[in-house]
Amino acid sequence: MLGVCSQLMEDFMFKRFACALSATIMAASAAHAGDVSGTGATFPEPIYKDWAATYKAKSGSSVNYVGIGSGGGIKAIKAKTVDFGASDKPLTAADLNASDLYMFPTVIGGVAPIVNIPGVASGQLHLTGPLLADIYMGAVKTWNDPRIVALNKGVKLPNLPITVVHRSDGSGTTFLFTTYLALVSDVWKSKVGGNDSPPWPAGVGGKGNPGVSALVKQTTGSIGYVEYFFAKQNHETVAQMQNASHHFLMPTAASFAAAASGAKWTTTPGNAVLLLNQPGVNAWPISGATFILVYKNQPDAAKGADILKFFDWAYKNGDAAAAAKDYVPLPAGVKAMVRRQWATQIKSGGKPVYVSK
Amino acid sequence: MMSRAANRRIANTIFTVSCYFAAMIAVVALASLFVSLFWNGFSGLSLSTFTKDSQQGGLLNGILGSLAMCALGMVFALIIGILAGTWLAEYSGTSKLGQYVRFMNDVLLSAPSILIGLAVYTYFYMVLKAAGYPQYTYSGIAGATALGLLAVPIVVRTTEDMLNLQPSALREAGVALGASRGLVIRQIIWRSARTGLLTGGLLAFARISGETAPLLFTALGNDAHITKLSDLGDKVSALPLLINSLYQLPDSVSLAWTAALLISLAVLVVNIIGRVLAARGAR
Amino acid sequence: MTAVVAETASDMQVQASRIVRGSWGESLFRAACLSAATFLLVLLAGVMGALLVGGWPAFHQFGFGFFVSSTWDTNNDVYGAAGPIFGTLATAAISLFIALPLAIGVAVFLVEFCPKVLAQPISTVIDLLAGIPSIVYGMWGFFVFAPLVANYIQTPLTSALNPDGFWGKFFAGVPNGNLFVASVVLAIMILPYMTSVFRELMLSVPSAVREAAYGLGCTPFEVVRSVMIPFVQRGMIGGTMLGLGRALGETMAVTFVIGNTHNFPKGLFDATSTIASTIANEFAEASGLKLASLIAMGLILFLITFAVLALARMLLNSNKS
Repeated sequence: MLGVCSQLMEDFMFKRFACALSATIMAASAAHAGDVSGTGATFPEPIYKDWAATYKAKSGSSVNYVGIGSGGGIKAIKAKTVDFGASDKPLTAADLNASDLYMFPTVIGGVAPIVNIPGVASGQLHLTGPLLADIYMGAVKTWNDPRIVALNKGVKLPNLPITVVHRSDGSGTTFLFTTYLALVSDVWKSKVGGNDSPPWPAGVGGKGNPGVSALVKQTTGSIGYVEYFFAKQNHETVAQMQNASHHFLMPTAASFAAAASGAKWTTTPGNAVLLLNQPGVNAWPISGATFILVYKNQPDAAKGADILKFFDWAYKNGDAAAAAKDYVPLPAGVKAMVRRQWATQIKSGGKPVYVSK
Repeated sequence: MMSRAANRRIANTIFTVSCYFAAMIAVVALASLFVSLFWNGFSGLSLSTFTKDSQQGGLLNGILGSLAMCALGMVFALIIGILAGTWLAEYSGTSKLGQYVRFMNDVLLSAPSILIGLAVYTYFYMVLKAAGYPQYTYSGIAGATALGLLAVPIVVRTTEDMLNLQPSALREAGVALGASRGLVIRQIIWRSARTGLLTGGLLAFARISGETAPLLFTALGNDAHITKLSDLGDKVSALPLLINSLYQLPDSVSLAWTAALLISLAVLVVNIIGRVLAARGAR
Repeated sequence: MTAVVAETASDMQVQASRIVRGSWGESLFRAACLSAATFLLVLLAGVMGALLVGGWPAFHQFGFGFFVSSTWDTNNDVYGAAGPIFGTLATAAISLFIALPLAIGVAVFLVEFCPKVLAQPISTVIDLLAGIPSIVYGMWGFFVFAPLVANYIQTPLTSALNPDGFWGKFFAGVPNGNLFVASVVLAIMILPYMTSVFRELMLSVPSAVREAAYGLGCTPFEVVRSVMIPFVQRGMIGGTMLGLGRALGETMAVTFVIGNTHNFPKGLFDATSTIASTIANEFAEASGLKLASLIAMGLILFLITFAVLALARMLLNSNKS
């Protein structure tokens, strides 16, 4: 008897509850015009938040960005719990079409290897792709391993165990890093592969770019990988990498731009351009663009217009802020291409939400 | 050959030394926590902490978000909790249902808070997606719901305990005067137990104000502070969420400590108020 | 006299009519209370239902292997919860192993040995510390305790010891994010709560009993061991179980310092993860089978906590002889 009563109460209450809940939240949010929310990669989080703050001061509309990792951004936009998703891992054209999503780049950055070795300063350590893969596989266990010493004559490497630090969450930064390792190391390609959440053979996980950065800073003998802005802001010790042209170099905005110079934006379906291991003496081998995901068919025309208005503003006015944080703004030609795509691909009820000016 | 007395003395000395040692370890560890919290937290404290948002070096978005979600959650928890606790203390007697409810309440009390947050996210998403508005899944209301669900078992427990403490003479007197049972409970028992009920509410509030895990999947976070009540329909920040996102960057780690200090001070103050009230009520 | 009787009669009439009128309000109020109590059951059923329905695809796909495999391969969509399950149980067990004797020791110290002047303030401070949110313990662990262990214990030892020897292997692992640090942080976190529960229990022992024991010539050790603890052992078991429940479900204090890998830890100082930390780290991005696996792990955690509570109840009830 009681069970039946509770059952009836449940059904009845669920329906009432569903309506009441939706009504409450709708009424609650009705007052918010011009507000946009997005989530995803921590790679570009510093610049997105910077742009959002300036945009709010200039226009009054708030753009709320929460960094939870590229994997989270992809899931959130697919579930439609946010207005736009951010990911450094580009979705394939097939995936985009299947989900009715459109992807466009915002800035270009680079992934830098950071280390914490007593007595070794930024720029002193030299690493190659295959060696980095071996370290991350756990095959190279101490800093004075002959393979590392051979590349670093003149650098005093202690007999310290290497603590590998990677990401614990699904990450576009990880995707770029592991895809690069798969390109340069066959062993890595077969054993681990390039993925935003690979089966790491060794090491400890930190949450987000900040997490990896904090762990490396705190752990003597550790190595990690972060988007370059985090390495610079946190005064990490950065290692030099050897690029495809066999030249050792440090990550700098110029090196990311060099890697991006040969990118084939207009011919890549879905804008899914990868900038890894690019040829060129000054090209940083682990560069990448970071992307925004929006729906091609926007249910709310005003909201769709607001999203694109923000990024249009960022394209126009955000270059200086991006450069100050060592991200590379997109070339003007790419921006023009993206704007054309906005005008033709993002629609609401059949009508485009963006009008090129 | 050692005498039994000597054995016993030695055993006692070892035990006593161990107890002192245990106390010392505990004091050192807890003092270290205390000191690092206050030292790091105070150094980041300033007027802008209360006037600016997290992107500008303050904590206003977290403070207001935490207050709003905890308050809303407590409203929900107090209503359900006091009514359920009253049922357990006054109406359930020794029934099987009463035993089940008590046990289930204990289970909810000890349930990992992250699972509550997970369940709230699942239901909110399911309902809102069916209604066609999935973008409101992450909202202050979801966060308040999760916090309220965490507070309910605490309120139920303390309500039942407090009501059971009321002398049955009070009830008998009320019934003798001809009042119905409900009237007796509401006008007499609740009134005489009100200090205890308030303390229970304060304890629950203190507990949920520090919860992080359930907010990860519900409120998500926001750089702007709420300006009107309807902002709770949108993503909202909270002090524990800010700690979680700020602690890893050297530029913002002191802000994270300050947030931790604020939460801890709030919890301490609420607990102290609760104790004072309980002591006064006992007189 | 008649006036008084008449007055009382009319009063009783008024009261009677109030009772008649009040019966609607009475059953409404009772129904409201009952609904609230039943709502608790609905709540619990709802949480379990969400976990069961969400996690079912993972159980269906992997079967029993889900409990024993520690593979966590996003590429091939193969998941196993053994690593986090082990991590959860291990951190809880080790933290209890550390906290229980400490809590007993501190409680006994406060009750028996501490000068009365100090005992009250220290007890108050410990009670208040029991309310500090777990994320604060996590921060302390990350910024203070973990580097302490890493810099003063682990790194010097692993550099000095032979990596293939027993002690070398014992201390090998990952500094700043490992089973040991997480367990100690958990222990410190549940310590204030358990200490205050034990202290209250010991204070509840009637002084007549204590004094009788002392009067017989028992040392403090014997008083505690043979008289006080048996007197309050039911409450102590209950308090321990609640502490254990808290340790099992703790998320934030552990996530900061556990290392976040899916493998079985190879030693006390190796990185691992718990169910709660895995869910916190990966829920935001998981979908499909991975999401189901995370929710399935959540269900397992829920059942473990449930079992601990049921066991505590059973032990407490069986002792009520």
